[in-house]
Formats: sequence, C-alpha cells, structure tokens
Amino acid sequence: MSATPVAEVDLGELGFGRGAHLLVQRALAGLPPGGRLAVSGRDPALRVHLPAWCRGRGHRVEWPDRGEANDLVAVVVRGSADDDRWFGAERAGPALPSALSSRPPARWGLGARGALLEAGGPEARFDLDDRDLVWADIAPHLYAQAAARQWDPQTAVPWDDPFALPADVEAAVVQVMTYLVENEQAALVVPARFVGRIHPHFREVVQLLAVQMADEARHMEVFSRRALLRGADMGTSSAGGRQSLFTLVAESDFALASFLLSVLGEGSFVDLLSFLHENAPDPVTRRICWLAMQDERRHVVFGMAHLEHQARLDPLLRDRLRAAIHRRHDALVDTAGLNADVFDALVVLAAGGWHPDDVSAGFDRVQALQHAMDQGRQRRLVRLGFRADEAAALSALHTRNFM
Amino acid sequence: MPAPTVLLGAVAYDPKVVTIWEGFRTWLRGRGLDFDFVLYSHYERQVEDLLAGRIDAAWNSPLAWLRAERLASANGTAVRALTMRDTDQDLTSVVVVRADSPVRQLADLAGRVVAVGAIDNPQATLIPLGHLAAAGVTVDVRRFDVGVGLHGDHIGGERDAARALTAGEVDAACMIDANHLAFVQEGTLPPEGTRIVAQTARYDHCNMTVRAPESEGVRLFGTLLLGMSYADPQVRPLLDLEGLTAWREGRTTGYDALADAVDASGFYSPDGRVTATDYRP
Repeated sequence: MSATPVAEVDLGELGFGRGAHLLVQRALAGLPPGGRLAVSGRDPALRVHLPAWCRGRGHRVEWPDRGEANDLVAVVVRGSADDDRWFGAERAGPALPSALSSRPPARWGLGARGALLEAGGPEARFDLDDRDLVWADIAPHLYAQAAARQWDPQTAVPWDDPFALPADVEAAVVQVMTYLVENEQAALVVPARFVGRIHPHFREVVQLLAVQMADEARHMEVFSRRALLRGADMGTSSAGGRQSLFTLVAESDFALASFLLSVLGEGSFVDLLSFLHENAPDPVTRRICWLAMQDERRHVVFGMAHLEHQARLDPLLRDRLRAAIHRRHDALVDTAGLNADVFDALVVLAAGGWHPDDVSAGFDRVQALQHAMDQGRQRRLVRLGFRADEAAALSALHTRNFM
Repeated sequence: MPAPTVLLGAVAYDPKVVTIWEGFRTWLRGRGLDFDFVLYSHYERQVEDLLAGRIDAAWNSPLAWLRAERLASANGTAVRALTMRDTDQDLTSVVVVRADSPVRQLADLAGRVVAVGAIDNPQATLIPLGHLAAAGVTVDVRRFDVGVGLHGDHIGGERDAARALTAGEVDAACMIDANHLAFVQEGTLPPEGTRIVAQTARYDHCNMTVRAPESEGVRLFGTLLLGMSYADPQVRPLLDLEGLTAWREGRTTGYDALADAVDASGFYSPDGRVTATDYRP
C-alpha cells in the first residue's frame, strides 16, 4: 500500500528527549503535505516517541516492514498543519524604516516590524499609529546617537573633587538642584505617558523616547545627589512651579505635549543648563549641567524634527500649537510662575560674590539668560512656520517656570 | 424557521475548557447552529444526562463513551461517535522503569510495585493494568487518585506516578506515550533515566458522543466540526488548546482494550452501572 519514501533522516542515537524532533522537523520541511519521510534511529524510545510527537502535529505514521534496514523506525507522512498555520500570514511591514506604513494596522500589534505574522491574535490598540504624527526620519539616527552617549553617573561626574563653597552659595546650588529635579521628573513622566501608546511599527521613536526617559532618570539622580552632596536638606518647591509642570504632564495630545515639553520647555532648559555650566561654583555642578545639556539638546532635536515634518503636512497644526500655548498660559495666569527662590539662587550663582556690583552683574546675567531663552523659543517657532511677530508674542506667553 | 440547536456537555477538567467552548460557540453560531454548552464536574453525570436527553452531545472520555454505549444498549437505544480529534486515534500506553532497574520485560514486574494514575484513568490505569493482566503478570498497584471523575483528563495522577518512579518509591509507572515524551522533555523524568518495558496495542481516546438517530442540529454540528480548518485563525488557537489539528469522523473500533479492562476490573457493569467500589467522582 505504501509508496516509497522520498526522503530519509537518520537520528543516530538521538532521542526525542534530547531534540530529535528538530531533525525530523527539518527533514519534513522540505517535503510537501503528503510527502513521506523514512526515519531511522537507535534510541530505544523512538518507536514510542516518534508517533506521539507526530500525532500532536498532524503528521501520520506508517509502519513498513523493516526488511534489511534494521534502524528504520517508521515512515512519517507529512500533514498540512504546519502549512495551515501560516495560511493568511503577512509581513508586518518592511524590516527597515525606509518605507514605513503610514497607518500600521492594529493586528500587527507587538509583532516585530518585518516579521511574518501568523493570522489571528489580538488587535492591540496603539492609538498613536499615524506615521505623520509620530515619525521623524532622524529618529533612528538620534536613537543610535543617544544609545552611544549614555553616561554612567558614578564615573562621569567628579563627585570626589575637593571644593568648599560659602554656605549661602551652597544653598543657592541646592535650591537650583531642587528645581532641576522636579523639572526632570516632569520630563520623564511626559514621554512615559506616550511611549505605550505609540504603535511599535515606529519602534525607533519608542526606543528614542525610552532612552530619553533613561536620560531624565540619570538627570534626576545626579541633580539630587549634588543637592545632598554637602548637606541633608533639599531646597524649596513652589506651588506655582508645580502647577506649571502639572499642565505639561496633563497634556494628552502627543504633538502638543512634545511641543510644550521639547520645543519650548527643554529648549529653554538647554539655555538654563548652559548658563549653569558657565556659572557653576564647583566642578560637580559644572559637569552634571554639561552632561544633562547634551542629552536635552537631543530631545529638542527630535521634538523639532517630528513637528516640522508634521507642520509641513498639516497646515492646521500651527493653530493647535498656538491654542496649546494660550491654553497653558490661561491655566497658569494666576500662578506665580518661577519659584522666587530659584530666580534669586540663579542671581547668586551668577554674581559670584556679595558686593552690590557683583549682584547687579549677576542680575544682568540672569536677565540675559531669559532673553536668550526667549530668542531660542522664537527661532524654533519660526522654524515651525510661525511669522516672526507671532513667534515673539507666543514666546512671551511661555510659562515663567522655564520648562 | 428557527436555527437547529445543539446543547453540548463538556467536563470542566481545566479552566481552558471555558475558553475552548465559548470560542467554538461563537464560531458555530456564526454558521447557523444555535449552539450552547453546559459544564460538568465529572463524566458520570454528563453521560447520564446525555442518555436522559438533557444534552444533545457529550464530549466524552473513552471511558464515558463505553458507559454511554452500555447504558444505551441496556435501555434499547443507541449512541454514536459523531467525531473525534485526529489526536484521539492510535494512542498507546507504556510501562516504564528506571534505566538501572533489573526489570527487563513485563514478566519481571510480577510482585513488584507499579504506579498508575487515578482509578478512572483509561490510559495510565485501566488499559495498562489490563495489558499486565492479559500477560498474566500480577503486580502490587500503587494508585495516584488525582482528579477522580475526570477519567484521566487531569494529568496530575500520571505525573505523580512518574515522580514516584524517579523517587524510587515504585518499580514501574504507567502513562500514555505522549506523556512519557512530555515528562522527559519537561524534566519530570530524567532523559535516558527511564526504560520502556512494555507498550500496549493502539487504542482510541475521546469522542463526541450523540444519541442515534441524530437530530438535524447534531448532524449540522458534526458537519461543522469536520469543516473546522487549522488554517482558520479564529479556530486555530482553540484547536491548539483542545489539542488537535483536525476533527475526524468518529470511529468505535479503538475501544476494545478499554472495554476488556473495564470488564476485568468491574469498573462498570455490562448495563452501564458504576460498579467500581472505591470510585467517588
């Protein structure tokens, strides 16, 4: 009754308890359904295990007369289940990000981009699934750069360098560090709220935001550590400052949140960190502000890149950005904005002494910082397509809390 | 015209049974069968309810099939195996000893301690013990009564028997062929740490038992089951959970060994009464 097997596999001494199924599977893969595979082997349990394994996978087993072939165990007739499983399978888009889907379907879900997806499975709801909304061509490059420039807070900062500051200067440093920590916390929470909503098809963006969150985690660590390097108490936190940060965290629209956080907030923060780097009274503060500034620049570049891309495609985006600035301004109009203790501490750090001329010079420097922040915001707004006069007006509405 | 109906009985040996039959229900209802199911905590009541007409189909263990057949015969009716899984056909059981055991063949087990599954387990108790008895070998049986009433659907008793073998508490253990492979692969039995000293003849396992003659709903049910394709992504996960790649036409030629064992052990009477003395499902 049996046709001649078209293929053979010799399992030698190998049994199914140690992976013999891999050899059988490999041999069957080359056959069509109905194809016949003669299986030989010397494992004593093979006559029990081979049919048991085949049964569960929809293959049939025949028991031909062994004849001269002493090691012949059985002939496996390949079933169709292996092929049926992949009926209707599809690739989850291209593996490389050069031709991404404009709207990856929910059924791709957590499948790796480019993988062959078995049909069925859950429809995962990643609501940020519009390429134009989340993607920027620079994302893979920025991710690679970000991953390469991760630094170790323990070794990248000269924590043990000797220095001694007057008590009031140390207090100013502690106050600024306290302010930085709460801002970094907000900067971590904002991308965290979106990273789980972005379709994994745009994985480089997810990766980049994940590294951005890791950046903020390190910033929180080093600023806290500097605050407590010489004492046990943190500085103050104003209600208005926290209110300003809360409006940032509460923004649930991805484009608007990136705009407020990265383009306006972190953009201003880069100027602040640069200022602190220049005016730091000790090597630890100088170093951590420089390290954080490098990271924050990257965050601004990505925020700008994907919003510029979106603004080119969607002329209405600017209306929404404008409205977001107004909405946030209105929400904060009755709050004090920047913690006065922070402003004073910045002046003290920039003054470098207590002579009235020093304080005056410090004050000028902080004003120059605020001017630089304003100019930077205006430049970025113009790049997003706002007219210069409107950019100036909108920049003036930005939170006095800087971030 | 109302859609034909089927009420199926299934035994809840595992929480996945709910997932499986809820999934099948959706699929079957989408194809014109008004299908629903009820779950039983053991097979005896399910079989009685099938014969009493309270359910239209019983997803039966082989032992439950035999009892249904006997009960039907006793009251002058008939039951039929509508379908079965591809994986229900041509199973075997094995008797396993430790690799270093002096036992070389079945006869060497005479007087030794042999671990089996629960009292009502066809594949790890009734059939292999019937095989030993048929060979004239009398052994000291150590039973692992896990999931009594589930007719061996619960793997616990079989696994406990395998563990007892590894622990040196017994001289041999009985199990279905696929579980010997599974126990070796999962590490319950050490690879190459056991030796198979006997293998039973091939037998069949579960079937979809229905009363004859079948109603229109039952006939449609059979047709729809046989039409389920492993290529259909809606049912494939359910087929995987239920452990099949295709439904086959039911056959009743593979139950002789179990029937002999049932008679020899007095598990059921010829008219289908439960006569095993220490069986409390």
